[in-house]
Amino acid sequence: MENEGKLEYTKIVENEENKVCKCKDKFLENLFKIYQPIKDNLIQMLNEIQDHYGYVPMDVQKELSEFLKVPMAEIYGVVTFYSRFTLKPKGKYSISVCLGTACYVKGAQKIMDRLQERLKIGEGETTEDGKFSIEAQRCVGACGLAPVFTVNGKVYGKATVKLLDSVLDELEGK
Amino acid sequence: MKTLEEINKIREEKRKELDLRVNTKLDTREKHILVCHGTGCTSSCSPEILETFRKILKEKNIENVRVIKTGCFGLCAKGPIVIIRPEDTFYAMVKPSDCEEIIQKHIIEGEVVQRLLCKDIDGKKVQSLDELTFYKKQKRIALKNCGVINPEEIDEYIAFDGYKALEKVLKEMTPDEVIAEVSKSGLRGRGGAGFPTGKKWELTKVNEADQKYVVCNADEGDPGAFMDRSILEGDPHSVLEAMMIAGYAIGATKGFIYVRAEYPIAVKRFQIAIDQAREYGILGKNIFGTDFEFDVEIRLGAGAFVCGEETALLESIEGKRGQPRVKPPYPAVAGLWGKPTLINNVETYANITRIILNGADWYSSIGTENSKGTKVFALGGNVNNIGLVEVPMGTTLREIVYDIGGGIPNNRDFKAAQTGGPSGGCIPAQYLDTPIDYESLKEIGSMMGSGGMIIMDDTKCMVNLSKFYLEFTVSESCGKCTPCRIGTKRMLEILEKLCNGKGELEDIDKLEKLAHNIIKSSVCGLGQTAPNPVLSSLKYFRDEFIEHAVDKNCRTKECKAISKIMINQDICKSCGLCQKVCPVGAIKGELRDKREIDQTKCIKCGTCLASCPFKAIN
Repeated sequence: MENEGKLEYTKIVENEENKVCKCKDKFLENLFKIYQPIKDNLIQMLNEIQDHYGYVPMDVQKELSEFLKVPMAEIYGVVTFYSRFTLKPKGKYSISVCLGTACYVKGAQKIMDRLQERLKIGEGETTEDGKFSIEAQRCVGACGLAPVFTVNGKVYGKATVKLLDSVLDELEGK
Repeated sequence: MKTLEEINKIREEKRKELDLRVNTKLDTREKHILVCHGTGCTSSCSPEILETFRKILKEKNIENVRVIKTGCFGLCAKGPIVIIRPEDTFYAMVKPSDCEEIIQKHIIEGEVVQRLLCKDIDGKKVQSLDELTFYKKQKRIALKNCGVINPEEIDEYIAFDGYKALEKVLKEMTPDEVIAEVSKSGLRGRGGAGFPTGKKWELTKVNEADQKYVVCNADEGDPGAFMDRSILEGDPHSVLEAMMIAGYAIGATKGFIYVRAEYPIAVKRFQIAIDQAREYGILGKNIFGTDFEFDVEIRLGAGAFVCGEETALLESIEGKRGQPRVKPPYPAVAGLWGKPTLINNVETYANITRIILNGADWYSSIGTENSKGTKVFALGGNVNNIGLVEVPMGTTLREIVYDIGGGIPNNRDFKAAQTGGPSGGCIPAQYLDTPIDYESLKEIGSMMGSGGMIIMDDTKCMVNLSKFYLEFTVSESCGKCTPCRIGTKRMLEILEKLCNGKGELEDIDKLEKLAHNIIKSSVCGLGQTAPNPVLSSLKYFRDEFIEHAVDKNCRTKECKAISKIMINQDICKSCGLCQKVCPVGAIKGELRDKREIDQTKCIKCGTCLASCPFKAIN
């Protein structure tokens, strides 16, 4: 696990495209005003960063490290520990299939298989054009509608392969 | 800021105003249209329904009718749900386009819209919520206010005895008396393990410190469980009030609630509750004119199942990776930032105010000898009435599945119920009549768990399900201790072998041995319970494992690598349903032909299996 993490880290630092400079960003400035520079606030701040950028960019982690006086390694450790934080931007349409037990029993895996087959990417990946990304989610809590998948947070309930296909057709057309 | 007198006045006035919510016989010209705003109904457009109602009422200039947003009514499978009070008419699966008809017919002409009524299990349409079999066997204590009040209005909570328990505790009881009352009630932790709540409070109280903390565990990561979320969405103040009572009892002035970020509605409503309570001076200093002070903050989780483990949760609140600590010391001694900390689950807190107001004797009269009160279950999977149910401890599984749950869809057979999620186990059909409580479930190899209850019919493969749970634990293991990090991975590999037809008989023994080793040597609850789903499946469905290993056959056809789907020509009635549902068009045959499956096209998805009303496909 740790080795995998390191590899990914180097890859991202080397990849210049990912180094979008957010240093003078208003959002960050504001964030640093709202929160006290104490270590306990790390996860809360990361949550806001993830919501704002759609991922946690490397240079933002560096800024955060300086602000909170927490070593970069520790911040990276926290970011990679929690599944909600991602190091890469998600697609324009982020599609999550719920793989909670209730959905699984009702056939969510078929939806997931079909989705991967159509987009030709795996779980946690983004298509090359940056349009779609696939995620597996653990229980949206809408078990009454099982199986469900969500597109950018919008829930599609009682899902079938057909429903997925029609949603994808529509999104691909856009 | 409001004084105690002012709050009591609000209670009195508001209660009169809201009497029509609970009194069906009330003679009034006023009506309240309640629209469910739990996550399930919200996902299927209940906010739109609410807006449409309001718009039509405004257009038609109708007064005396209010449209209210409420928490979950429980019957999620029939959502979105609309209830009209005081007459308690229950409309199911309402669409925004139905609003016009409801207003015109029901509100203006006073006639029930028959079309939108809900059918009970016997097929008859019922008019009110209480007539449904789904509700008849339930007893609502923790969910008392869910679906009755608007969770975003503190006044409505106050109207139904809200913050009265806090007042009673602060004015009439000493901390020791509060703890004694909770202990006497027999309440046990609803997070899963069932530790006596009163005992936990006492252990935290006896530890002297300059600062203590009260924590509410709302990191409901168990897939298929949504009880805590529904309580937070439907009645957030009851949890807040209970945390304050706990704070008074153990001598803490600060509370944290740790909620999953995946529950945005719950987070928002709890924040509203905190803000409103602060505004009324219920949270803060000198609460109700006493010298008791208390404040609560929300902490968001970030998607890690292990953070439901209490010490991992504490680490996470402190802003670190959610890795469990070695116990002892327990949180009661050294918890958040090394200070004595009380951690209880949402549902546990939701019972506290009722215990204080109605007394420990009342509470302990409900339930079984060692498990008192009620338990909320999130009923899901292959059952007709998917939803949230609260039953007295000791209710049998059969009552939950067949009476409340309305049985299994498509007349399939019950195979097993899974309780306790990835830490629990399955309960096979022979134990349908076991009364459900902490001990009885443990005895048969499952556990109460937080309350997820997934029903499975005979199309589900137990080997495959074990694999599903192991996949979950492998991806959620925090990696701190070796047995859990590597052991569960090895177990998963064996299960994958079995499902792919590459397993051998001795693999089953290996699986069992490994499982016991993991249980004995893992650091925290996650690892110690991770092998449970496998062990209980092995206990009751060993023949299926053997079939996978020796005959390379999966009777349910869920394990695609070793299954071939065939239509039994003797049973097939040529109805063509299977053909309609097949996503790849692999089923041949026209009109009155017996259907056949083209094995070259078949992707073994199993959709046809579930669709066949005659069970001709296997």
